[in-house]
Amino acid sequence: MSLFLIAALPFLGAVFPALLIRAGRNAAASAAGLTTFLALMGLLIHIPSVMRGDVVTARFEWIPALGLNANFMLDGLGFLFALLILGIGLLIILYARFYLSREDPMGQFYTYLLLFQGAMVGIVLSDNILLLLVFWELTSLSSFLLIGYWKHLPEGRQGARMALAVTGSGGLAMIAGMLILGNIVGSYDLSVILQNKELIQASPYYLPALILILLGCFTKSAQFPFHFWLPHAMAAPTPVSAYLHSATMVKAGLFLMARMWPVLAGTDAWFYIVATTGLITMLMGAVIALFKDDLKALLAFSTVSHLGLVTMLLGFGTKFAAVAAIFHIINHATFKAALFMTAGIVDHETGTRDIKRLGGLRHLMPITFTIGTIAALSMAGIPPLNGFLSKEMMLEETVHTTWLHSHYLVPGLALLAALFSAAYSFRFVSHVFLGPERHDYPAHPHDPPVGLWLAPAFLVVLVVLIGLNSAAIVGPLVAVVSSAVIGGEKLPYYSLKLWHGFTPALYMSVVATLGGLFLLSLHRHEEKIWNALPRPEAKVIFDTVISVLTRLSRLITDTLHNGVLSRYAIIMIGFTLALGYYAYTTGTIGPETRKALPIQIIPLIGWICLVGATLAIMWFHRNRLLSLVLIGVVGLIVSMAFNYLSAPDLALTQISVEVVTMILLLLSLNFLPTDTPWDSSAARRWRDAAISVVAGIGSGALIYALLLRDFAFPTISEFHLANSYKGGGGTNVVNVILVDFRGFDTFGEIIVLGIAALIIFALTEAVLGTNVRSYLLNRKPHWPQSGDSHPLMMVVVTRMMMPIALMVGAYIFFRGHNQPGGGFIAGLVVAIAFLMQYMASGYTWAIERQRFYYHGSIGWGVLIAAATGLGAWFNDRPFLTSDFGYIHWPPLEEFEWATAILFDTGVFLAVLGAVMLALDSLSRFAWQPGMAQEFPMDINPLRDNQPQEEENKEQV
Amino acid sequence: MEALVASAVGVMTAAGIFLILRRRTFPVILGLSLLTYAVNVFLFATGRLALDAPAVLNKYKEVPYTDPLPQALVLTAIVISFGMTAVIVMIALSAYLSSKDDHIDMNAHDSVDAPGEDA
Repeated sequence: MSLFLIAALPFLGAVFPALLIRAGRNAAASAAGLTTFLALMGLLIHIPSVMRGDVVTARFEWIPALGLNANFMLDGLGFLFALLILGIGLLIILYARFYLSREDPMGQFYTYLLLFQGAMVGIVLSDNILLLLVFWELTSLSSFLLIGYWKHLPEGRQGARMALAVTGSGGLAMIAGMLILGNIVGSYDLSVILQNKELIQASPYYLPALILILLGCFTKSAQFPFHFWLPHAMAAPTPVSAYLHSATMVKAGLFLMARMWPVLAGTDAWFYIVATTGLITMLMGAVIALFKDDLKALLAFSTVSHLGLVTMLLGFGTKFAAVAAIFHIINHATFKAALFMTAGIVDHETGTRDIKRLGGLRHLMPITFTIGTIAALSMAGIPPLNGFLSKEMMLEETVHTTWLHSHYLVPGLALLAALFSAAYSFRFVSHVFLGPERHDYPAHPHDPPVGLWLAPAFLVVLVVLIGLNSAAIVGPLVAVVSSAVIGGEKLPYYSLKLWHGFTPALYMSVVATLGGLFLLSLHRHEEKIWNALPRPEAKVIFDTVISVLTRLSRLITDTLHNGVLSRYAIIMIGFTLALGYYAYTTGTIGPETRKALPIQIIPLIGWICLVGATLAIMWFHRNRLLSLVLIGVVGLIVSMAFNYLSAPDLALTQISVEVVTMILLLLSLNFLPTDTPWDSSAARRWRDAAISVVAGIGSGALIYALLLRDFAFPTISEFHLANSYKGGGGTNVVNVILVDFRGFDTFGEIIVLGIAALIIFALTEAVLGTNVRSYLLNRKPHWPQSGDSHPLMMVVVTRMMMPIALMVGAYIFFRGHNQPGGGFIAGLVVAIAFLMQYMASGYTWAIERQRFYYHGSIGWGVLIAAATGLGAWFNDRPFLTSDFGYIHWPPLEEFEWATAILFDTGVFLAVLGAVMLALDSLSRFAWQPGMAQEFPMDINPLRDNQPQEEENKEQV
Repeated sequence: MEALVASAVGVMTAAGIFLILRRRTFPVILGLSLLTYAVNVFLFATGRLALDAPAVLNKYKEVPYTDPLPQALVLTAIVISFGMTAVIVMIALSAYLSSKDDHIDMNAHDSVDAPGEDA
C-alpha cells in the first residue's frame, strides 16, 4: 500500500465514526477499528523490504518553492513507530469501546482518536521536515481534543490547555530549529539532511538549532523541566492516557531525537544536554511516582521516568546505547500500555483510582491481577520479562559513561532511579492487589468483560514472549531499527539474552530489586517525610506564569489599543514620521535632474484657492456646512489640476466623484449635528497642529524631491505605451491599463466597491430595524425647510437633462478605449443623472419609478466582467486576455470592437449600482410617512385642466 | 509648477491629519477626504509632471506622453475612496443615530484629556 494511503487512511476514516455513531456505538468502533486495521495491513505489507533494510518512499512535490514536499519514507525506525501507533491503536479502539460509558459521545472520541493517529503516522513517515512539523502541530491539536474529551471536568479542560500550551510552544521552538537546520543543509528533505552530519555539526548555527529542536522534543516527551503537563493530562479517559501518554505521543519526542541522532548526536553539547536531562527526568519521575496515590498519576510519573531513561540513552551518543534505547521503547510501549489499561479496569470496576482505598483485589479480580502483576514486574525489571533486558542494557551502558570525569555519577544515579522504579512497580502490585480484602470499595469489584481485558492480555503475552525469547521475536526488528537510527553504519555487538554472566549490570539489578523491596517496606514512614518536605507545585507555577503573561499582554493591548482612535492615528503617524526621518538622515539624495516647469498665472490662482480653502477648513472645521463647501472647492481644483497636468481621465473621474461625495456628505449632515464643539484643550490642538505640520512638510518635501529627479530605474510605463495599441487595441493608454493590462486589479476593485455598497445597505437595514427609526420619524430638521421642496424649474430642467446626461454617459463609455472616458466615468455620470431626478422630485417619487435594482446592477457588473475574463480561457489564453478587431458597417466609418468593452460594461454597471445603492440607502433615513406624492413637483402641473373635478370633490 | 504641487500636497496632508486627530466623526471624515486628495495627487505626481502630453496615443505624429501608470492607479483609487468614504459616513451616521453621540473614541469621556476649559 502506498505510504500516502497509510498516512491518509486515519484522516479519511475519521469521518466515519462521527457519522456512524447514529447507527450505534459498535458501528462507530468498528469503523475506527477497520480503518486502523487497513492501515496496519498496508504497513505490514512492507515488512519484507523494510527487513531487507530498504527504504520505501513516496514523493510528491507540494509547494516546491517553499521546499515543502509531501515526501514520505518508511525505514526501520518509521516502521517500528508506525507499528506501535497502529497496533496499539487497534487495541485501544477495542478497549475504549468497553471502557467509555453510554453517556460519552463515542463517535467524537473515535474521530479525535483517528485524527491523532493520522497525525502520528504522518510524523513517523515524513521525509520532509516541514511536513513533519505540520503533523507535529496536528498531534498537539488533536491531543488537546482528546485530553479535554470530558468537557464537563475542569481538570480535563485545564490539563488539555496546559498540554497544548507546553507542547505547542515547544513545537514553535522546533519550527525555528528545523528551519535553521534546513537552511544549513539547503534542503528540507530528511533523507538529504541525514547525509550531512559534518556540515551540520561544523555550522555555527548547530547549537541554536540543536537547542530549539530539543525544546520541541523535551516538551513533547515530558522531559524535565517540562514534565509537569503529563500528570495533568491524565484527566483524560484512560484509553487516551494509555495511547497518547504511554505508547505514542510522548514518544514523538524520542522518535525525533532518534531520527536526528545520526546528524545531531555525538557532540559534547548533545551529550550534556540530552543525557543530563534524561538522567534528571528518570530519577525525579521515579521518586515522585513512589509517592503518588492516584494510580494514573503513579503511572504518569513512571512514564516520565522511563522517557527520561530513553532520552538519556539517546543522549549517550554511543551505538550500543542507541540499540538499548530502541529496545526499551518497544518494551516500555508493551508493558506501560498494559499497565494503563489495568489501571483503567481497576478504576472502572472499583470506582476509585486512589491506592489508599484499594488493596486485596487479587481474589476479586484474578485476571486483572495476573495482567497487572506481569506488566508491573516487567516495569520493575524482573527476569525473565522484557523490562529486565532493556534495563540491564541501560545499566551496562551507564557503567561505561563518564560525566565530567566522574565514573560514578551516572551509574550511581541510574541505579538509584532503577531502585525507585522497582519500588513503585512493587507498590502498584502490593498496594492494589495484595493485602487483605476490604469491604469499603466504592463499587463491588469483579473481573471485567473480555473486551476490556483482551487488549492488555495481548500486550502482556508479548511482554513475556519478548522476555523469554527476545532474539527470535524482536531481534531482527531491533537490528533494522537500530541501524536506521545510527545511520546505516555497522551495528555494535549486543545480545538480547537473559543471562550475560556475572556483569556489573547484574549486580546493579539485584541491588535495585532488593533495594526496591526494602524501600517499599518502609513506605509509610517515607511518605510522612515526603509530605513534610516543601515541594514546588508545577501547576501553581504554570498558572502564575500564564496569568502574569496574560496581564502583561492585556496591559500592552490596553495601552496601545484603548479605544481612542486618535491615539492609534498618532502612533501610526508618529511612527511613519520617525521612519521617514530615519530614511532622510541615513539615505542619500541624488542631484536634481529635471528642470522645474515655469509657474503660470492660472495655476497659481488655483493654488491660492486650494491652499486658502484647505487652511480655511482647518480654521473653520467646527462649522460643518462651511467646511463641506470648502472641501468642494479643494476637490474642484484638484480635478482641474489633473486636467492641466495631462490627466484628462483623472479629471473626469475626480469631478464626477466629487459630485456624488458632496451629495452623500450633505445628506449625512442632515442627520448629524451642525457644529463640532470644542473637545480638545488648546495644548492638545497645538500638539496635533505640530504633528500635522511636520507630516505635511515631510510629504511635500518628499514629492518635491521626487518631482525634480528622473526615475532611478527604467519604468514599466514604456511597455504600456508601446503595447497599448498593438496589444490592447486602444489609444487611451490609461483606459487600456485599467481594462486590459491591469484588468485583474480592476476586477478586484469593482468587487470591493460592490462590497462597500452592500455593507452600506446592510448597515442601513440593521440600523433602521432598531429604535432609530422612531427617532428619525420624530426628528426636527436643523434648518427650516423650503416651502417649495420640489421646485418647478429644477424638475423641468433635470427632466430635460436626463436624456442628454444619459447620452453623454454613453458617449463617454464608448469612446473610453481611445479617448478619455470609460466605464468608471460613464458609471458615475449616469449615476449623477439618476441622482438629479431624486433631488428634483424626491426620493419616494423616484424610487417608485425605479425599474431595476441596484444590487442586481452590482452583481451583473461583476458577473459580466468575470465572464469576459473567462472567455479568454476558451481561446487558450490566460484569464482576462482581451481581443479586438475592426468592424465596418456602411455607411458608418470603420470602428473598433474589443472584448475590453464588455469588461468595461461590467465596470460601468458595478460602479453605477454601487454609487446608487450607497446614496439610496442614505436617503432612506429621511423617509417620512406621507412623503409620497402623486406628482413630480409640489404644484400639480395638470391642475389647470382639473379645477372642475376638484371642486366637485369638495362638494361631495 | 513642481513647487506648487508639492506645497499643495503638504498643505492638504497637514490639514487632513489635523482633522483626523479631532474627536468627532464629521471632522475625521473631512480629514480623510483631504488626506485622500493629498495621497492621490502624491501618487499621480510620482509619474512626474507634464503639460499637454496626455497618454492618448497620437496616430499621426510623434508626441511626448506622460506616464500613464500612476494615472490608472489613481483613477481606481478615486472611485474606491468614494466607496470607503460612503462606508465610514454610514458607520458614523448609524453610530450617531443609535447613541446620539458622535465621538469617535470608545471611552472619550474618561480619556486622559479631561474636558476643562474645552467646553
